[in-house]
Amino acid sequence: MSVNVRIPTILRTYTGGRAEVTAEGATLAEVIADLEKNHTGIAARVLDDQGKLRRFVNVYVNDDDVRFEQGLETATPEGAGVSIIPAVAGG
Amino acid sequence: MAAQTVASTSTSATTTPVDLGPAAALSCRECGQRFELGPIFACAECFGPLEVAYDLPSGSPEELRKRIEAGPANIWRYAPLLPVPADVADKPNLNPGWTKLVKADNLARELGVTGSLFIKDDSGNPTHSFKDRVVAQALEAARAFGYTTLSCSSTGNLAGAVGAAAARAGLRSCVFIPHDLEQGKVVMAAVYGGELVGIEGNYDDVNRFCSELIGDPLGEGWGFVNVNLRPYYAEGSKTLAYEICEQLGWQLPDQLVVPIASGSQLTKIDKGLQELIKLGLVEDKPYKIFGAQAEGCSPVSTAFKAGHDVVRPQKPNTIAKSLAIGNPADGPYVLDIARRTGGAVEDVNDEQVVDAIKLLARTEGIFAETAGGVTVGVTKKLIEAGVLDPALTTVVLNTGDGLKTLDAVADTSQATAVIRPSLDAFRAAGLAG
Repeated sequence: MSVNVRIPTILRTYTGGRAEVTAEGATLAEVIADLEKNHTGIAARVLDDQGKLRRFVNVYVNDDDVRFEQGLETATPEGAGVSIIPAVAGG
Repeated sequence: MAAQTVASTSTSATTTPVDLGPAAALSCRECGQRFELGPIFACAECFGPLEVAYDLPSGSPEELRKRIEAGPANIWRYAPLLPVPADVADKPNLNPGWTKLVKADNLARELGVTGSLFIKDDSGNPTHSFKDRVVAQALEAARAFGYTTLSCSSTGNLAGAVGAAAARAGLRSCVFIPHDLEQGKVVMAAVYGGELVGIEGNYDDVNRFCSELIGDPLGEGWGFVNVNLRPYYAEGSKTLAYEICEQLGWQLPDQLVVPIASGSQLTKIDKGLQELIKLGLVEDKPYKIFGAQAEGCSPVSTAFKAGHDVVRPQKPNTIAKSLAIGNPADGPYVLDIARRTGGAVEDVNDEQVVDAIKLLARTEGIFAETAGGVTVGVTKKLIEAGVLDPALTTVVLNTGDGLKTLDAVADTSQATAVIRPSLDAFRAAGLAG
């Protein structure tokens, strides 16, 4: 499955400044592993030492927050948009 | 915190050193990494939220207290403790703060409080919510970083505060809100003449949109007060803590009841209290901070009661829209603070929110927005449960004006009677005496 991944500003040092890259994988975990293969260092920014999503990272597959879905096991269908976004507060 | 090197930041607007008064650097709350002052909000190492680290003023507490007391009757009396230049009071801004701390004796009697009960009534700010405090900080950061458009994602109150602040400062504003907000908040956001954009979705959708916009060339040169300027913006809530203590005669309250949306306000009130202790401006003693949520959006309360230290997001469904943030970024820190201070996090349902709004209105003449109904309602619930000590000094926050959320009480707050203009009709209505 090929998906489009939107990269936040603070991770663009790993993608040569690109705001969007493509990656392969049927689940979010596989997509992140593929990102790491092509953009070394990015997985350690997104995942903690236990391999879980860091608590201040929000990831969306299409319009769905993966924390409402199956987390790293959330399916990433062909052509899906994946957004990695730092958590921010507001109101 | 371990000694850290200060990493440089990449800023789109400027790379020259900025004058933000005592602000020395940005520091990651998670890993402690420090960064130069800039329009960034997330740690490049771990995504943790960044906050302002200070070189706080030296000198005796007495001198600092006198300096503050001689300052203007607004938040700038605390400029030595905020990320703003020393001449901030001379620049065009809304000069918010120094709102009333109301001794609520009638409400205290109703609730069985034998100690002192106060309402910190922040509806008295220029756009009638506490948001003017935080926007004023972000405005100074926006100026320092050379931004000419002020923006935000908002549940309503913030949009109005940004619109007004930008108008006063002569900046453009473009703010984003959920499309289905209360009419009062929509009008208050639009009237200042900036752009107002309704997003088809809830606040979390708006927030996500703005986070993506800021990383896109479309958002180039925009200062989002609660995204890329958030470390500075959030510091404005410290002024609530400063004011409460100064208004209590430079004393810490025993108990505070604070609403939770993102959780930022509660964490910064705690930071403000800790700074006052560190500076010797108040005598150190234990205090408890209680967080208040609406049942229909209670991710932090749910986590607190379950003993969790992480917050599972919820889809909001409550009349307290200003608190309807289902994925509160500062939730984990709120849990830490409530537990560290011996406080708690509780929630009330929408009916209890309405009852509490009316209770505060009829006992103290204060018309609170739904967030104020949440704090008063939670205070009542915590007293009844024996969690909040009625014999101590308690401060309850009202963060906004009831005129913004008229819908919440409109159905049950109508004319007692409609009569012909005659004495006979008045007598017949049974209202004399």
